[in-house]
Amino acid sequence: MSTDSLAGLTLPGDRNTRPFLEVKDLTVRFETDDGIVQAVSGSSFTVERGKTLGIVGESGSGKSVTSLAVLGLHRTRSNAKVSGQIWLDDQELVTATDEEVRKLRGGKMAMIFQDPLSAMHPYFTVGSQIVEAYRVHNPKASKKEARERAIDMLARVGIPQPAKRFGDYGHQFSGGMRQRAMIAMALVNDPQLLIADEPTTALDVTVQAQILDLIRDLQAEFGSAVIMITHDLGVVAELADDVLVMYGGKIIERGPATSVFHDPQHPYTWGLLGSMPRLDRDVRDRLNPVKGSPPSLINLPSGCAFHPRCPYAGRNGDRSFTEVPELRGGAHAVACHLPPEDRRRIFEQEVAPNL
Amino acid sequence: MLTYLIRRAVNAVLTLLVVTLVTFGIFFMVPKITGSDPALLYIGKTADAASVEGIRTKLGLADPVIVQYGKFLKGLVAGRDYANGNDVTHCPAPCMGYSFKTDQEVFPLLMGDLPVTLSLALGAAVLWVLIGVSTGVISALRRGSLLDRAVMTGALAGVSLPIYFTGLLALSIFVYWLGWLPNADYTSFFVNPLSWASGLILPWVTLAFLFAATYARLTRANMLETLGEDYIRTARAKGLGERTVIGKHALRSGLTPLVTVFGLDLGALLGGAVLTEAVFNLRGLGYQALTAIRGNDLPVIIGVTLIAAFFIVFINLIVDVLYGFIDPRVRLG
Ligand SMILES: Nc1ncnc2c1ncn2[C@@H]1O[C@H](COP(=O)(O)OP(=O)(O)OP(=O)(O)O)[C@@H](O)[C@H]1O
Ligand code: SF4
Ligand SMILES: [Mg+2]
Repeated sequence: MSTDSLAGLTLPGDRNTRPFLEVKDLTVRFETDDGIVQAVSGSSFTVERGKTLGIVGESGSGKSVTSLAVLGLHRTRSNAKVSGQIWLDDQELVTATDEEVRKLRGGKMAMIFQDPLSAMHPYFTVGSQIVEAYRVHNPKASKKEARERAIDMLARVGIPQPAKRFGDYGHQFSGGMRQRAMIAMALVNDPQLLIADEPTTALDVTVQAQILDLIRDLQAEFGSAVIMITHDLGVVAELADDVLVMYGGKIIERGPATSVFHDPQHPYTWGLLGSMPRLDRDVRDRLNPVKGSPPSLINLPSGCAFHPRCPYAGRNGDRSFTEVPELRGGAHAVACHLPPEDRRRIFEQEVAPNL
Repeated sequence: MLTYLIRRAVNAVLTLLVVTLVTFGIFFMVPKITGSDPALLYIGKTADAASVEGIRTKLGLADPVIVQYGKFLKGLVAGRDYANGNDVTHCPAPCMGYSFKTDQEVFPLLMGDLPVTLSLALGAAVLWVLIGVSTGVISALRRGSLLDRAVMTGALAGVSLPIYFTGLLALSIFVYWLGWLPNADYTSFFVNPLSWASGLILPWVTLAFLFAATYARLTRANMLETLGEDYIRTARAKGLGERTVIGKHALRSGLTPLVTVFGLDLGALLGGAVLTEAVFNLRGLGYQALTAIRGNDLPVIIGVTLIAAFFIVFINLIVDVLYGFIDPRVRLG
């Protein structure tokens, strides 16, 4: 679908001024018995149609919470507080009513979840769950049409004998098949925004590659905007146009994928790149690439949240310990107190040779 | 599915067999422990030696244990004859012997009490499931609200107050003080459905209160767990309305574990709601069991035990079959 035909649906004054998805200053916090979890703080990013945004970061850095916020899935959790703005195709979602957001979910915007087994209902067949997803947004479709559509989707994601597998339950599918079925469910209404939350983490390498190809093909076909969340920088390098690096609930580096990969500016990103997935490395090393452990989101370290793990924290007086660095820069933005020249020098002299 | 069902059925039969072994063991061991003689228990201490001996032969008490157990089993399945020479008494299947006290055949005696217990248990079950499950679901959906806290406090009271307390309280308030209800009493449903219901309403409510409390807590916990599941998030992510998410996706798995608990509870109650029957003076199986235990009436004790065990095993079999239908992982696993 071309941008022009959709622009016709927007308000005249806003036409073509806003990116397809624009997230501004998104903050998500959870009130728990242990205290307030500051899961996402002041995130801003955009994604255009046909483009892919990669979000990387360690476990617990707020990747899933960010994507659930876009889908409005924190609304049903009474302990979650979401603020900021989320503009999808010129509609603001944080202030929209539950019903407005519900209508977009699974239709205009859809999500593939992290763990495909637990994300499927154990008591309903795979087919009926896809049919259900189709019929919510196409209430006029007959059962038969919906069934055909579901089988068609199963076939498109590469499930052999789709008509037969339609009646199977999630536990009868292998891990890769389940993830394909979840993709079929997410894509059944041709979403214009697809969020894939670590769609391949649980799968072996060959299946991973197939699933990623699949998402790429479907994106090319529908021109959808895709947000690809992963621990795996290799996946981002391969698929993404732009990249966000998250640490402790904040975006610490944001920019075009080529620029972030070839000219990374943040010490945390250097650490991540230092452990780019290589087959000779243990998976565990890849998931925990930087020495030290991720920060607690209830008691974030003062100043730059990365300072307890950052080898350069002392180089700039005590700013790293006292002052939260802002995300600065144009297309390629970084949140670090080190002057850009210093960072460039450190990267070229100390980091790049070891990559 | 078929092999699953067959496995469950065989399992049930084996369990029942073990139960007969245990109950027979009771019959055999209890007199030894208490130092009493079953023949004497039956005929009375004043009888002369010859008639005691006659009874002993007739009941087969002189046979080896294994033969006695064989006859006991045969009696249950096919009926048996008690014989002492020409003096033959036929006891049709399922033969559980004769009451030591009243000389009545045990099985028909107990069948006479069954409708009382059945009415009590089933009526209460309907009430407690309706009340317990609905309040549990509402509590879970409004977690932390005033309503939730009120329901959970009430449920805690319900769980911790014993039936003889709530039962007597209900009796004294509604029957003796306010006079709104007749004293608990059993009238056959087929004779007069209205008096059947009005005579049982107090025991129903008392019994249901206890169980509803447990079920409300259980339902709430299950629902909260289910609502946190990933597949509920998926259902919402598809754009389903809350009504479908809760009514179709969450209830289905949130209530399934209750089926097991319900089976156990109902099965146990059908063997006699001893306390409730005692408090309300209802002549059901539980009441019968109590009388039999007081009077050392071994055949009746064994009869009640067998029937109670049968209900538990039978209902569990039904639960297993139901699970096969509800949960595809059981059926296809
Ligand atoms: N409902 C919630 N209540 C309280 N804390 C939450 C809730 N959901 C998420 N969190 C917390 O928010 C933080 C960010 O979680 P999130 O799931 O976004 O991490 P992630 O980056 O997706 O990690 P992973 O790579 O392991 O999936 C975590 O510390 C998590 O414990
Ligand atoms: S601000 Fe200081 S601690 Fe944070 S990344 Fe930059 S140098 Fe390291
Ligand atoms: Mg996640």
